[in-house]
Amino acid sequence: MDLQGNQFQRMSVEEFDTTKLLAHASKQARERGYEKFPIVDVDSHHYENESMAEILDYLDDPVLRQLALAGSRPNAKNARILNTMVGYQDMGGRIPRYGLRNYEKTPPGKHQRDTALTKRWMDAVGVDIAVLFPTPMLALGVHPQVEVEIALSRAYNRWLCERVLAHEPRLVSMLYLPFNDPDATYQFVKEFGEKKGVVGFLITSTRYRPVHANQYMKTYALLEEMGKPIAFHGSYHWHDQGQGMLNRFISVHALGFVWYNMCHLANWIINGLPERFPKLKVMWLESGLAWVPFMMQRFDNEYMMRTSEAPALKRLPSDYMRDMYFASQPMEITDHGLLRETFRVINAETQLLYSSDYPHWDFDLPSTIYDLPFLSETAKRNILGGNAIRLFNLKVGVEKLAQIA
Amino acid sequence: MPEVFVEKVADFAEGDRRIVFHDGSEIGVFHWQGEFYAYENSCLHQGGPCCEGVIMHKVEDVLAPDKTWLGQRFSADEAHFVCPWHGYEYDIKTGECAGNRNLRLKSYQVVRRGADLYVITG
Repeated sequence: MDLQGNQFQRMSVEEFDTTKLLAHASKQARERGYEKFPIVDVDSHHYENESMAEILDYLDDPVLRQLALAGSRPNAKNARILNTMVGYQDMGGRIPRYGLRNYEKTPPGKHQRDTALTKRWMDAVGVDIAVLFPTPMLALGVHPQVEVEIALSRAYNRWLCERVLAHEPRLVSMLYLPFNDPDATYQFVKEFGEKKGVVGFLITSTRYRPVHANQYMKTYALLEEMGKPIAFHGSYHWHDQGQGMLNRFISVHALGFVWYNMCHLANWIINGLPERFPKLKVMWLESGLAWVPFMMQRFDNEYMMRTSEAPALKRLPSDYMRDMYFASQPMEITDHGLLRETFRVINAETQLLYSSDYPHWDFDLPSTIYDLPFLSETAKRNILGGNAIRLFNLKVGVEKLAQIA
Repeated sequence: MPEVFVEKVADFAEGDRRIVFHDGSEIGVFHWQGEFYAYENSCLHQGGPCCEGVIMHKVEDVLAPDKTWLGQRFSADEAHFVCPWHGYEYDIKTGECAGNRNLRLKSYQVVRRGADLYVITG
């Protein structure tokens, strides 16, 4: 069966190729001169479940490993160790790359497959360095077994460090923290903090642990001392009773991806964590930007009346939020007036970081930033790369790393 | 008047499409329900190859006379092509964006000359 395509890009299902799918993105990159400045993508993904056989080699617990291996056999039916979520990210087949990615071929032996596929889309869109995150494991924070969260995420982190980050300087990551166990969270930072390519640590936001619990203070102190950012990554959870009120995936996705980050951000500020850890860099990923001015206005307004309930604060809640970092995707672009005001209130020129979320369905190309009419060339380049280079202390030379097709 | 050859009409089956080039642009040509339609192959969202995506009939809600919701169905009349990058849907007969009918792809006239099909580009 042939996929639709122009006379040069036409391909069969078996020939599915990301470079061809993103040919228009490569054209954008050439037309906008991305070869003149670095682009860093602070939130991109791979599908770690496709490398689970490799990852399970790093799972130390023999009983859990046997359970996982048994569940990964083709005839395992309902046996599986990784929790999944109800959802329709591929829009009922309207986004064909979901179903076709398994057909995409990578050169044998040259790179780990995740590395090869990731570099392929990075080259196509002009991204030099990508911060890489998992996909199904974004839901691991609501796995019913805390010991599975710890074991699987540690195996994943070890695999990612040894099989991917150690070999590919264009890929870095903020490593998964098993936040449902505060002691394991602390130990992960100690164990992985100095590994090659580890530029920070990640909390998958979909979970039910309050960030202000005393058990986490030692981890925040350690991260502050190391100078490594902590990031909160949004996701949805249709089994959450609140989101269970919603009957369509569009609603669950639109609200779910901001809901948990709104909770964590509220707790973070109202409990005075920015005053306790003033040098700790805090990032918010994959919630877009529209929620940020809402949170600023809402909490400033209430704080002025209920100051006694947030005695640790010395400034307005919005002032602390302006010290934080926000990843751009999925950037709400339907009203440029509102977007411009959002950029203004978050100090976008220094605090906003471009993110693609590729290969997920709502990815943003660099042009979503570069084409904004209200940004200067300097601001565009800061948001697309400069801010991330400074935040993560990345070593980027003058040579463009992306080989734009 | 500038024009680009698309295909022999006899070789362009109902329900099929072609992508042709003109002066750095790509044009998607559809053969749908006996007519030919042509649009610029660049999504109004982020520039994706919208004319290369799947064709799916419009999804409709089914309401009873008392306004209660009975379910959903695929439209018998209206079909959309869907940008494969992000899912923007376009009416195959008008090029209008299904999510906002004020947005419309650039369209081109399609003409038959004997056995051949052309897109008028100028």
